[in-house]
Amino acid sequence: MTCVIIGASHGGVNCAFNLRKEGWEGAIILYDADSHLPYHRPPLSKTFLTSDDAIEKHSLKAAESYDKAGIALRLGEKVATIDREAKTITTASGTSQPYDKLVLATGARPFVPPIAGLAQAANVHVLRTAEGVLGIREALKAKPRQAVIIGGGYIGLEIAASLRKLGLDVTVLEREARLLPRVTSPEMSTFFAELHAANGTTIACSKNVSKITTDAVHCADGSTYAADLIIVGVGIRVNTELATAAGLKTTNGIVVNEQTQTNDPDVYALGDCTLHHSKHYNRPVRLESVQNAVDQAKVTAASICGKEACYDSIPWFWSDQYDAKLQMVGLSEGYTQVILRDEPGEGLKKSAWYFKGDELLAVDAVNNAKAYVLGTKFIKDRISVNKENLANTELPLKPGNLV
Amino acid sequence: MAKITFITQTGTQITAEASSGNIMELAKENNVEGIDGDCGGVCSCATCHVHVAPEHFDKVGKASEIEEDMLELDDNANEYSRLGCQIEISEDLNGIVLQVAN
Ligand SMILES: Cc1cc2nc3c(=O)[nH]c(=O)nc-3n(C[C@H](O)[C@H](O)[C@H](O)COP(=O)(O)OP(=O)(O)OC[C@H]3O[C@@H](n4cnc5c(N)ncnc54)[C@H](O)[C@@H]3O)c2cc1C
Ligand code: FES
Repeated sequence: MTCVIIGASHGGVNCAFNLRKEGWEGAIILYDADSHLPYHRPPLSKTFLTSDDAIEKHSLKAAESYDKAGIALRLGEKVATIDREAKTITTASGTSQPYDKLVLATGARPFVPPIAGLAQAANVHVLRTAEGVLGIREALKAKPRQAVIIGGGYIGLEIAASLRKLGLDVTVLEREARLLPRVTSPEMSTFFAELHAANGTTIACSKNVSKITTDAVHCADGSTYAADLIIVGVGIRVNTELATAAGLKTTNGIVVNEQTQTNDPDVYALGDCTLHHSKHYNRPVRLESVQNAVDQAKVTAASICGKEACYDSIPWFWSDQYDAKLQMVGLSEGYTQVILRDEPGEGLKKSAWYFKGDELLAVDAVNNAKAYVLGTKFIKDRISVNKENLANTELPLKPGNLV
Repeated sequence: MAKITFITQTGTQITAEASSGNIMELAKENNVEGIDGDCGGVCSCATCHVHVAPEHFDKVGKASEIEEDMLELDDNANEYSRLGCQIEISEDLNGIVLQVAN
């Protein structure tokens, strides 16, 4: 029996090791187009960008671990096609590999918008891979002074914080009227805008970039920002092409059931490339987070080994910018009320609690692991929160005070 | 160099040596089962949880506030709990024994 996994990142690598843990005795073959030993992606925009470290410092697993677990790692090999009838995959170099079970963990790639001049500009970068960051680090050696980041999402903001730390002048251009428009509340957008401003980053919202020239970024409203380093972080495109070409069901992601199985019972998918039905929130969601990749990988491995497993995790995510450590749990979309807490007298320590009616949907916590942990428990168990007490910062955050 | 012993949930004993880095990294390099380190060591996931042998706890020291809060996510937490990624390795840790919590 052979299990082939396409994509060796957070999702694929965890799936491979979990398969062994669950008792899979057959071959495990893990393919990735990336030639680096699989690594953690989150540090790419954070500590890896600002350091001289080799990417091996951020390896997901030690190289020997793969040998020990009997996992064949085929790095630098892109999978080109899947033949579901013959149950084989073929690599770009033409090698064909049969499978009994197939796992798609193909993730996503940066979206590069069709901005005039972008393709020709030499100083434009995207950031998703170690190679991409090494390219930016190389560009930094020429001592650029003015960086413009197109896109005010988490990755764009983390890059901004990292480049500020390195002493560059940094401007973030966001097309919508506020930062993080799709992922957080206006209140938290304001917090992040102030955080970046206080650290000397220029934040400009409602800026639709229309053109890039050798040394500047031009916006539709006529404004121009000088730039000798440009980083595009406007979101991703899901890598669904392989799945679509193989006739698997995709809509904004490869559609999977609670066992992370696609519409072909021998083909599973997990991580950033999937769309699943969230049991807790009772709606389809596609997530871009380590948590989702790692937790789905556990379910995939167990399911492939014939064990009963069901994906029902509460999503969580983190982001580090300057001295702010953000931890988020749950999905706030559809909230009707937000309660903000600034813990008194402790420096920066805040939390935003999102409710739909009486139901706690999500918590965003800044330097406040207590809020994050309590939020996690309350959301998971659907415990109803005493909102009046929650809003009263004279009462410390304690389970007893909140129920 | 500090010699550090891990005992996994299945009773396997692994002794490893290092002079820098943190306990989570050391455990990952040595394939210690039960230490996942999903967040890469930024105190965000609590998947690097160890119980320090009581007689060695003073050497390792107490968890920070954020770490203590994160440990509450794990039902297995006790007074000797630490997150491996928050323990920097130094000579002083030579000889300690850590029980992997999960
Ligand atoms: C800069 C950055 C910072 C981030 N920060 C955080 C954070 O702080 N917290 C958090 O929770 N998440 C963060 N994320 C998101 C997190 O990294 C992703 O959610 C996670 O990597 C998803 O894992 P995955 O395995 O599903 O997909 P990916 O990591 O996208 O991996 C997919 C892999 O598949 C390979 N692949 C695709 N197609 C093929 C093919 N045809 N053949 C062979 N190989 C193929 C790719 O090369 C890639 O290595 C960050 C992401 C980035 C880019
Ligand atoms: S590795 Fe995530 S908390 Fe230690």
